[in-house]
Amino acid sequence: MDLTLVLQGLLSGLLFGGVYSLMAVGLTLIFGVMRVVNFAHGDMMVWGMYLAFLLSTRAGVDPYLGFGLCAAALFVAGLAVQRGLVDRIVDAPHEMQILLMLGVALVLENSALLAFGPEPARVRSPLASATVWFGPVFVDIARLVTFSVAIVLTWALYLFLFRTDLGKTMRAAADNSYGALVIGTDVRRVYAVAFGIGAACVGAAGALVSPILPFQPPTGLSLSVTSFNIVIIGGMGSLLGAFVGGLLVSVAESLGAVFLRPSLKELVSFSLLILILLFRPAGLFGKRTP
Amino acid sequence: MAPLLEVTALSKRFGGLQAVKDLSLRVGDGEIVALIGPNGAGKTTAFALISGFLTPDSGEIGFRGRSLKGLAPHEVCALGMVRTFQIMRPFPRLSVVRNVMIGALGRNADPREAEARARAVLEELGLAPKAGHPAGSLTLAERKRLELARALATEPVLLLLDEVMSGLNDTETERLVEEIRAINARGVAILLIEHVMRAVMSLAQRIVVLNYGEQIAEGRPEDVAGNPRVIEAYLGDETEAGPLPSQPTHGSSRPRGDL
Amino acid sequence: MRWAGLAAVLGLLALPALLNSYAVAIFILIFFYGFLGQAWNIVGGYAGQLSVGHAAFVGVGGYTAAMLSIEKGITPWIGMLAGAVLAAALGAVIGYLGFRFGLRGFYFVLLTVAFAEVCRILVSNIDALGGALGLYITFTGDPRQFQFQDQRAYYYIALGLMLLATGVAALIERRRFGIYLTAIREDESACEALGVPTFRYKMLAMVVSSFLTGLGGTFYAFYLFSLQPNTVFGIPLSVEIIIRPIIGGSGTLLGPILGSFILTPLGEVSRYYFGQGGLYGAHLIVYGLLLIAVVLFLPQGAYPYLARRFGRRPQA
Repeated sequence: MDLTLVLQGLLSGLLFGGVYSLMAVGLTLIFGVMRVVNFAHGDMMVWGMYLAFLLSTRAGVDPYLGFGLCAAALFVAGLAVQRGLVDRIVDAPHEMQILLMLGVALVLENSALLAFGPEPARVRSPLASATVWFGPVFVDIARLVTFSVAIVLTWALYLFLFRTDLGKTMRAAADNSYGALVIGTDVRRVYAVAFGIGAACVGAAGALVSPILPFQPPTGLSLSVTSFNIVIIGGMGSLLGAFVGGLLVSVAESLGAVFLRPSLKELVSFSLLILILLFRPAGLFGKRTP
Repeated sequence: MAPLLEVTALSKRFGGLQAVKDLSLRVGDGEIVALIGPNGAGKTTAFALISGFLTPDSGEIGFRGRSLKGLAPHEVCALGMVRTFQIMRPFPRLSVVRNVMIGALGRNADPREAEARARAVLEELGLAPKAGHPAGSLTLAERKRLELARALATEPVLLLLDEVMSGLNDTETERLVEEIRAINARGVAILLIEHVMRAVMSLAQRIVVLNYGEQIAEGRPEDVAGNPRVIEAYLGDETEAGPLPSQPTHGSSRPRGDL
Repeated sequence: MRWAGLAAVLGLLALPALLNSYAVAIFILIFFYGFLGQAWNIVGGYAGQLSVGHAAFVGVGGYTAAMLSIEKGITPWIGMLAGAVLAAALGAVIGYLGFRFGLRGFYFVLLTVAFAEVCRILVSNIDALGGALGLYITFTGDPRQFQFQDQRAYYYIALGLMLLATGVAALIERRRFGIYLTAIREDESACEALGVPTFRYKMLAMVVSSFLTGLGGTFYAFYLFSLQPNTVFGIPLSVEIIIRPIIGGSGTLLGPILGSFILTPLGEVSRYYFGQGGLYGAHLIVYGLLLIAVVLFLPQGAYPYLARRFGRRPQA
């Protein structure tokens, strides 16, 4: 095995992992706060990608500038989904919640299919073709920018959750300290904002990844499944777990592509998932067992 | 001859919490024994250990002359020991008679026989008029009796009752006490966790008192009620448990005579 | 009720004489998805174990029969059983892991998804199984090879499969097995306390369900003459399998069939009309909206609602 190839795989995986982390942090935030698994997470992300695509092709906005708009749009969408649908089934059995979100996922994925067709799309950015060599390995500038912005956004979210009152309330809710929620907080508002932020995460992540990952409507499903993998591996509801898990899964898939073959890369994360489910269902960073 | 149930030196720890420590107790054939103690004393954990829902860290549980080590709850039930849950767990969408059938099917594989048996139990506990209703629609008192009916339908020789009286009014409590007495009169031994002291005092032949997972007293009801360690256990922890639950006044130095 | 059922079956037996080939094709899909939904219903509905990986059993069943036929010349009529046995074995493995390790809710969903995805990725990468392109079956029209010139043969086979699965579900429903499953769905711990060996019964439900679903794989392969890993093992097929019984009423005998009679024609018609205009996915939007509506307004599904509405109490 060529060491350079391994190094290259490691680096590419790590850089791509920033997006995975952002995506998984959004999912785990939603789950942590209201115990609802957002089955439409990946499909929301694909909508973030298509919004970046529209911004770029119709208005000439580079996705690296337009990601904020995509995040804002998804925030509103997330808020709407929470208020209109999820809010009604927060206390329903898990199965019902899963099925509801599956319905939302079907609608989102297929309305994207209806709107944009089945052909793969990709957003062009002037940055996307540039590379820089560091000795034997190269860094794809687009990946580097994507990674940096994703990390900064995750950091900003971290600051929000740890430094603001609303953020602290959300964390308290995620830690299952319902006491904090009962005492003088508008639970519905916390829920709605949490769902909105979770969706905004994938709005941004989708826009950021759109120049480096060709996408089509069914991409959403595989992104959903990947984000489930990550949050289970990291520990459902754990923000740190989602962040580290995102990098871990991305690197694992990237190395899987090097050592096995590209079409087998997902096998690595699914095998990891099955092992975690069986032997450490609380995940690497989770405290509670399901 | 060994007693019906013999628990020896049972211990269970959850992380830093010693939930049950070195608990030993016996229940003889046809006996009624009460397990009491302040909230958090480890009573429900003890039930879960005895009935196979939790695995003890150490200790032995013997039932009808055999060890229960490694047995799953359903196997314990098949041997003739059944528990109820403190927080009642009816199958809410199944009808009342179906709920009771689940218990009866273990000894009657034919659903028709099981249903006949279930209806007989419902009749006995006065739930027959509700047989066709979904269990989720019952009142609290009815759900308590449903919990009891399901357990009875398994045809146990030992019944573990976890706070079946709590939340009932006086009339309902009295009625349930009579029903439990009738069940016991047919030879079913009963181990009960109960906070309603009036019921405990009138039903139990023996009382075991737990505090912080440890047994602090054991004996006949009248002896236990006057035991200073027991009074201290209840009164010393008022924020958690309050005084003896059926006792409305705080701070009295000994339980009232009518306990 | 029994007479109504018999009349319905007789009607369906006579129906092809009145139908054109497009309508026959739609009925084949109604029966086939009704069959898959009913098979899923045993573990997903009655026992309440939400498997979103049932496509794996279709795939294993279909690939087994197709490979035996292509490579060894073994008739799919035997291959069908072999495939179902292998699917049941996979079901037993998934069930054993899921139930022994106590995975519930979302965790069980993910376990089933993960196994189906692992199957999909593996099969896509095994060249001997046709890789990502899949397997193609040459048409001979020989009934011994599970191939028929007349489309109506597939109609009757699909109808037979649906009746078979429904018969199995009806048998289970009336016995201790089925009564236990409905209680397991509601509260497993309470079941254990009352003497129900929950693990054994969940395993049984999983094995019966995966066996039946595996039978369906052979029908899929030899009706469409091809198998692609991304379609037969994919999550979308699993979703197609579960959505009908859920909308029709999971855990009821007629729910999966009703669900298929509602959704399949709706899907096919919207696929046909929108597909002509180059618009894809319209039928899945309809499915998604229906799913949302059912969860919000009829969480037990259409059949229990209709049964209440028209005076028949659903069996509790």
